[in-house]
Amino acid sequence: MANGEAPIRVRNLSVFYGGLQVLRDVSLDIPAKRITVIVGPSGCGKTTLLKSLNRLLDAAEGVRVRGQVLVDGEDIYAPRTEVTRVRKKMGLLSQKPQVLPMSIYENVAYGPRIHGLRSRKDLDGRVERYLRLAGLWDEVRDRLREPASALSVGQQQRLCLARGLAVEPEIILGDEPTSALDPPSSQNVERRLMELKRDYTVVVVTHILRQARRIADHLAFLFLGELVEQGPAAEVFAGPRDPRTRAYLSGEIS
Amino acid sequence: MRPLKDALARRAMGLTAALPAALVVLIVAGLFLRSRAIVAVEPLSKLLFSSAWQPLQGKFGLLPFIAGTVWVTATALALALPVSILAAIYLSEYAPGWVRKAAKPVVDLLAGLPSVVYGVWGVILVVPFVGNVLAPLAGAASSGYSVLAGGIVLAIMTFPTIIHVTLEVFAAVPRSLREASLSLGATKWETTRHVVLRKGAQGILAASVLGFSRAFGETMAVLMVVGNVPAVPRSLFDAGYPLPALIANNYGEMMSVPRYDAALMAAALVLTLIVLFFNVLARRTLVRAERRGR
Repeated sequence: MANGEAPIRVRNLSVFYGGLQVLRDVSLDIPAKRITVIVGPSGCGKTTLLKSLNRLLDAAEGVRVRGQVLVDGEDIYAPRTEVTRVRKKMGLLSQKPQVLPMSIYENVAYGPRIHGLRSRKDLDGRVERYLRLAGLWDEVRDRLREPASALSVGQQQRLCLARGLAVEPEIILGDEPTSALDPPSSQNVERRLMELKRDYTVVVVTHILRQARRIADHLAFLFLGELVEQGPAAEVFAGPRDPRTRAYLSGEIS
Repeated sequence: MRPLKDALARRAMGLTAALPAALVVLIVAGLFLRSRAIVAVEPLSKLLFSSAWQPLQGKFGLLPFIAGTVWVTATALALALPVSILAAIYLSEYAPGWVRKAAKPVVDLLAGLPSVVYGVWGVILVVPFVGNVLAPLAGAASSGYSVLAGGIVLAIMTFPTIIHVTLEVFAAVPRSLREASLSLGATKWETTRHVVLRKGAQGILAASVLGFSRAFGETMAVLMVVGNVPAVPRSLFDAGYPLPALIANNYGEMMSVPRYDAALMAAALVLTLIVLFFNVLARRTLVRAERRGR
């Protein structure tokens, strides 16, 4: 990655679900090794924007995408781009933790296995390493063979984090990653993200403004599919330029 | 007044719910009573494991029919299971929406066609195909009226049921779970194999059991193509004589032969018990799988 260049650059991105336009001409630079938070009222296209970054939108039917998303300078919507390689660069945390129907160990080992890691020793190493990084190792080290569904929801979300990290991505995407969690678990996940930004580029979608204030370095405000304002979080919070941003931050639209 | 109505409704519904369970017991008990004339005199081992079926000499060995049932059912499922699961995977994971929408009613229509239609179709097409093409290919001589023909017809009859249930199982797997796997860089096939199939394993098992139950008891279509020779089949190209065909062909005839009707009742009892056995087995597997967590 070129120094100083944003690892993800969104250029004039429009997304349509059938005849409905969900994103309008969005352009956004996501800075490296920072937490970028995308805020906006529900239904404004936040999740669509997030999922367009790793082409998860492809999975849905009737979706049309216009514009570009450049990841490390490569247009991921170019016809010859290999979608699995793009997705491997990013770990995803979804709204509700989605553990795979297998053991705790296998959940973390799943990604590395898919990408060709076979040796037991290497796998063991990865599983431990990323469970530690997700702050879950001490709670599960003696029960790695148990089904992941036996964990609490908060633990499951950290397991999903470990699972995403285990494919050694550069970027972590979070789609309202704390919305299903109780307050202590939410804080735990937020703390992890704050730690992880040392080594990873983090993009989080949320509709909780207080959460954005706590963790955002860079803030983007999305309203009715349009990117209204973006910039360093402190600046946007202190002095929003657009009246719509001001209204949203003061709680007049939600 | 309203509490009374409530209590009445509860009773009434409880009663109707108990009815099916009671029916199963009644049917088994009835069959047992009517077959006592033979079960009481013949040792069970001889009844079940003797292959001599000579009613006029008073020999009622059910083995050929039990074997015929097992052969035909096993053949049918060996053909139907892979085909229907792969078809369901295609329809649920790969096919564009309009194909899925068009295919579903067609599949359901197939499930609703009368059995005898399948039988006629089997006689016209499947029997000659087995006799003139498949058997020579395998180096066997066969009239075509065979276990294989029965298995093929039965497979075609069961797979709409299996596809239908399996599709519902796949639809119940949340999209975000698939996305979790895809987002790790897994391909669609890897996601289907490791996540969707695993998550749906129990449901697919249940679907197969439904198919099994149908296959065991299916009478008409099988009877028309299977040959109905009371001998234990030794290959796919031999004729067979499954239990339901035995009962349907003979009940009401030759009732002058002593203990004949009791022997047929015993055959019905055996068939019922086989189906019950597999249902219970499947239920236990399901429960165990559930306990193991998914």
